[in-house]
Amino acid sequence: MLKDFFSKKRKYASIPREEAKQDIPQGLMQKCKNCQKIFYRKELIKNLNVCPNCGYHHQMPAYDRIASLFDEGTFEEWDKELTSANPLRFPDYEDKLEKDRQKTELNEAVVTGAGEIDGKKASVAVMDSRFRMGSMGSVVGEKIARAIEKAGEHSLPFIIFTASGGARMQEGVLSLMQMSKTSVAIQRFSAGGGLMVSIMTNPTTGGVSASFASLGDYNFAEPGALIGFAGRRVIEQTIREKLPDDFQTAEFQLKHGQLDKVIARHDIKQTLSTLLDIHQAREERS
Amino acid sequence: MKQVLEFEKPVVELREKIAELKTYTEDSEIDLTDEISTMEKRLENLENDIYENLKPWDRVQIARHSERPTTLDYIELLFTDFLEFHGDRLYGDDEAMVAGIAKFDGKPVTVIGHQRGKETKENIRRNFGMPHPEGYRKALRHMKQAEKFHRPIICFIDTKGAYPGKAAEERGQSEAIARNLMEMAGLQVPIICVVIGEGGSGGALALGVGDKIHMLENSTYSVISPEGAAALLWKDSGQAQRAVETMKITSYDLKELNIIDEIIQEVRGGAHRDVKQQAGYIGKVLTDSLNELGDLSKEDLLEKRWEKYKQIGDYAELDSE
Ligand SMILES: [Zn+2]
Repeated sequence: MLKDFFSKKRKYASIPREEAKQDIPQGLMQKCKNCQKIFYRKELIKNLNVCPNCGYHHQMPAYDRIASLFDEGTFEEWDKELTSANPLRFPDYEDKLEKDRQKTELNEAVVTGAGEIDGKKASVAVMDSRFRMGSMGSVVGEKIARAIEKAGEHSLPFIIFTASGGARMQEGVLSLMQMSKTSVAIQRFSAGGGLMVSIMTNPTTGGVSASFASLGDYNFAEPGALIGFAGRRVIEQTIREKLPDDFQTAEFQLKHGQLDKVIARHDIKQTLSTLLDIHQAREERS
Repeated sequence: MKQVLEFEKPVVELREKIAELKTYTEDSEIDLTDEISTMEKRLENLENDIYENLKPWDRVQIARHSERPTTLDYIELLFTDFLEFHGDRLYGDDEAMVAGIAKFDGKPVTVIGHQRGKETKENIRRNFGMPHPEGYRKALRHMKQAEKFHRPIICFIDTKGAYPGKAAEERGQSEAIARNLMEMAGLQVPIICVVIGEGGSGGALALGVGDKIHMLENSTYSVISPEGAAALLWKDSGQAQRAVETMKITSYDLKELNIIDEIIQEVRGGAHRDVKQQAGYIGKVLTDSLNELGDLSKEDLLEKRWEKYKQIGDYAELDSE
């Protein structure tokens, strides 16, 4: 029948149309969160998870970020074995952690280590919002503090990519205290002349925004990233006023003087490379 | 009228009954002395029973008591020659934060603290003790000055949190808090922090990086309010009581988690029962802390501060693959 013929044709067309794309096994295709256009996943990944159509920056898995940044084969991971305990004996916390470990193949919401960017050595911490929304618990705080300390010992620049919904509720006040712990580490590193670069990605909110994310010598952000202290809903309820759409975006923060620069994902490596180069040149002279 | 907390209602009721009987005895011929003394004995037992066995939720009620002493109450009783100073030199003066210089035990100090109001009008002026960025920047300005003039810093923590408002975000609430955390880490003078009421989240922590962190017995320190936690965890802010137990936010919890140094004893039933006596308890701990820290070199002070924060956290290690 004519109807069958058409549906068949759709299925086997070399360029799948929108309807047909939905039939294709999950994982092969991905829809842009912003413009809803559908792409091959591989195409998106190749484009650093930036929508080729509208430029929307989707979240980036930590290891993909590292691969996009460091010269091949130079990255060495630190403290991979650290994993969350359940200090408050919070119900269901361990199950949730285990689920996220399997889903993301990560041990926690941050990956730390060091590698070379265009031949220049740097340490890095990359948060991954797929793991417990990138929330900050004891392990995230510990790994970041250790990475900063190590960067100081080896006179390496420290670069951090933040992606976090804020506190790790299941670790209560221990989560809050990671804000101070990491900040004290940064102060020591900074006082010793260490260079820190913070790159805020979507989302960077709450306790992470109010600690290390804001403490770089340079604070950058990716386009469209949500950045702020308090949540939109909480603010709207408090002030009984609707907030503008662009509230707490990277562009909003830039306009209000809170960022040095908004950098598209494709330009981040080049900007970091130049920045490291300028800092190195200074060191060589002195 | 005095605010009566839920858990202490039986005590208050019994106390009223005794007072009633006493008045009655005075005006009548009937002698009720025996009955009264029995009831007084019962009151004493009841008070012991209730106040010596406070549950976390009871402590939250005390921490939020409308007459709970504030930063300025303690400043008046603990310090001499207090001079309050204003402004962050950048935007404005945030009255949710007070700061100034004074003498403690005859020695110069810088004092900073969150400031709530006790009645509606003052609360509005002080934004219910919830600072904007300019509050934190005012605090930092005073801390830097303390460092310049070698004065120890004493911080009183008492806030539900940093203000979640539009203007606060526009002026960099995150940056203001983050900067305080970092700068406090490096100040080359002793810093003593005392949580006197509610210690709410980042807004409390922004005065909370120091060499000694003490908490009044019935104060709280938490990453989120009990109501907020309940709403997030169980989609029901009415389960705040349950959240308090799960989230571990009392002074005893924080001591057990190795986060704070000392629990400062409170007047029975809460600090509001006797502010003078309470100030005395705080003063004693401040004296001890200042003496202890005063003996340290600047290098040791900062090294110990780092070690203090470095150990906070609880994690495990996977077997290496
Ligand atoms: Zn798109």
